[in-house]
Amino acid sequence: MIIWILGTKIAKAIISDLLIYFLLFLEPKTKLTMADLKKLNESIIYGDLETSVQVTKEALIEKIDPQEIIQEYMIPAMDIIGGKFERNEVFVPELLMAARAMKGSLELLRPLLAASGIEPQGRVIIGTVKGDLHDIGKNLVASMLEGSGFEVDNMGVDVSSDKIVAAVQSDKIDIIALSALLTTTMPSMKDVIEALKEAGVRDKVKLIVGGPAVTQEYCDQIGADGYSENANGAVGLVRKLLAL
Amino acid sequence: MRTNGIQKLLKSGFLLFCDGAWGTIFQSAGLKPGESAELWNRVHRKKVLEVAQGYVDLGVDMIETNSFRGNRITLAGIGAEKDAAELNRLAAEISREAAGDKCLVLGSVGPTGKILMMGDVSENEMYDSFAEQAHALEQGGADAICIETMSALDEAELAVKAAIENTNLEIICTFTFAKTVSGDYKTVMGVSPAQMAEKMLSAGASIIGTNCGYGMEVMIPIVKAFRDFDSNIPLLVQPNAGIPKIENGETIFPETPDEMASRVPDLINAGASIIGGCCGTTPEHIRAIMTQANL
Ligand code: B12
Ligand SMILES: [Zn+2]
Repeated sequence: MIIWILGTKIAKAIISDLLIYFLLFLEPKTKLTMADLKKLNESIIYGDLETSVQVTKEALIEKIDPQEIIQEYMIPAMDIIGGKFERNEVFVPELLMAARAMKGSLELLRPLLAASGIEPQGRVIIGTVKGDLHDIGKNLVASMLEGSGFEVDNMGVDVSSDKIVAAVQSDKIDIIALSALLTTTMPSMKDVIEALKEAGVRDKVKLIVGGPAVTQEYCDQIGADGYSENANGAVGLVRKLLAL
Repeated sequence: MRTNGIQKLLKSGFLLFCDGAWGTIFQSAGLKPGESAELWNRVHRKKVLEVAQGYVDLGVDMIETNSFRGNRITLAGIGAEKDAAELNRLAAEISREAAGDKCLVLGSVGPTGKILMMGDVSENEMYDSFAEQAHALEQGGADAICIETMSALDEAELAVKAAIENTNLEIICTFTFAKTVSGDYKTVMGVSPAQMAEKMLSAGASIIGTNCGYGMEVMIPIVKAFRDFDSNIPLLVQPNAGIPKIENGETIFPETPDEMASRVPDLINAGASIIGGCCGTTPEHIRAIMTQANL
């Protein structure tokens, strides 16, 4: 039967058809990579955790370089959503959802980055200062830094200067990032700096500050190393301070 | 919709007055950053009563309670979730003691500090936390529940429903709005006054409005936005005394009583029904506002 079919013209037609189908089947698959990574970028912008995790898994199966995934697709997505937030085109929920989608993807990539011997760009500890319970802005800064390749230890809210000093003493920390939203808690930033000096470790780290009422002037006044008014800026600031 | 005491007063055509800040006064009285003001209901009852009395003595129509962050989810942050019911009951009792029958007591209910969509707390947990708080405030003698400084629709809706379903009180709900780049007003969660009004009224609030934020002046366009949505609904407006700044290490709320008072006519024209104050306002501010309004 098979031989008979092979022998006929019809059979040749069928085979060439099958070949085309086969190629068609293959073709989108090779293109999948491109299209899908664009989908990763979009899914982060739209805060679609499920899709971003799924595409990241697919990309990993296809052995795409994790560095490339982060740099070319994930960070630009956070830049876009950050810009939209600044222009009030989106608000806190959209920002948080984007940050969550990115975090989901990042968690899949992190072990690979570690295994391939790629060092984090720097180690950051971040927290909202003593007496202050606002954590939304600080978490955004943390996610953006994490997504940009920094190792971030998020210490939470109401963080005492003692805890920060202890962290600096026990670990190699490059950057301390402090957030304060209340004018009554902004002086706690200065307390941290004083405590670091007292412990003799002020020079070991760079310290950056932020929050809606914090200004460059205030930053200079308390002797911090840098200030940025938003999470996007925080990444640039840290890079600058570490001369990356 | 429940229409008890406040609605009746408003029906008679008066502009009503509410108290000003408590938290910022406690801070001047020694409340440390991060310390729970609600614990003062137990340990510094006298100081809390004094603040309440200061406002009652002005002749305002209503005062709030020292319970803004008294829900169990927020109190869990300092390990005091088990004290939630007691602290709220005390809060209402203190304000009731100061108010007597001279003015109404609004039980203050603030946000939990958690965002539902992040999944840290469930809807049920949030509902239960508000239900417990509202119920305790009613037990302590509150005449109404004032759900305030909200920014998320889902959380505020749960709070309004919990208060409606677990008390017999009238429900007030206020949100905090900021000016956006395009010039309209939204909360940090992206909610407009019209969206807020629609949702909160259908959830059962009978008085809505705006509090906290950026001072007296920006309250005027926000009130107008509410009025564009509904010309009749009673509106509570409690502005901050301006945007706080630091001078010599101290937090200063820049608007003086006279400055705030000078904008009262515009606020009334825009359609405010009840005027009080939020962060940074003092009895002096409220006195100036009342004097100006009664001119
Ligand atoms: C949400 C909120 C709350 C929530 C917090 C929920 C949470 N889990 O975080 C709750 C209800 C708990 C709360 C409580 C209080 N709040 Co509040 N709150 C706000 C509100 C509405 C939004 C803050 C926010 O999340 N913004 C969105 C984020 C994305 O922006 P962001 O924090 O500014 O962060 C960005 C930048 O500043 C920067 N950034 C932030 N941190 C850092 C750090 C570094 C290193 C860098 C580089 C950059 C950076 O990047 C971020 C992203 O771009 C603001 C008003 C407002 N519209 O800002 C008031 C506000 C901050 N609160 C205020 C007050 C007074 C209080 C209370 C004292 C109220 C009371 N009477 O009890 C309490 C205090 C509690 C405490 N001890 O901390 C005041 C502060 C006034 C002042 N300047 O002192 C504000 C400004 C409201 C007002 N207009 O009066 N609040
Ligand atoms: Zn306020």
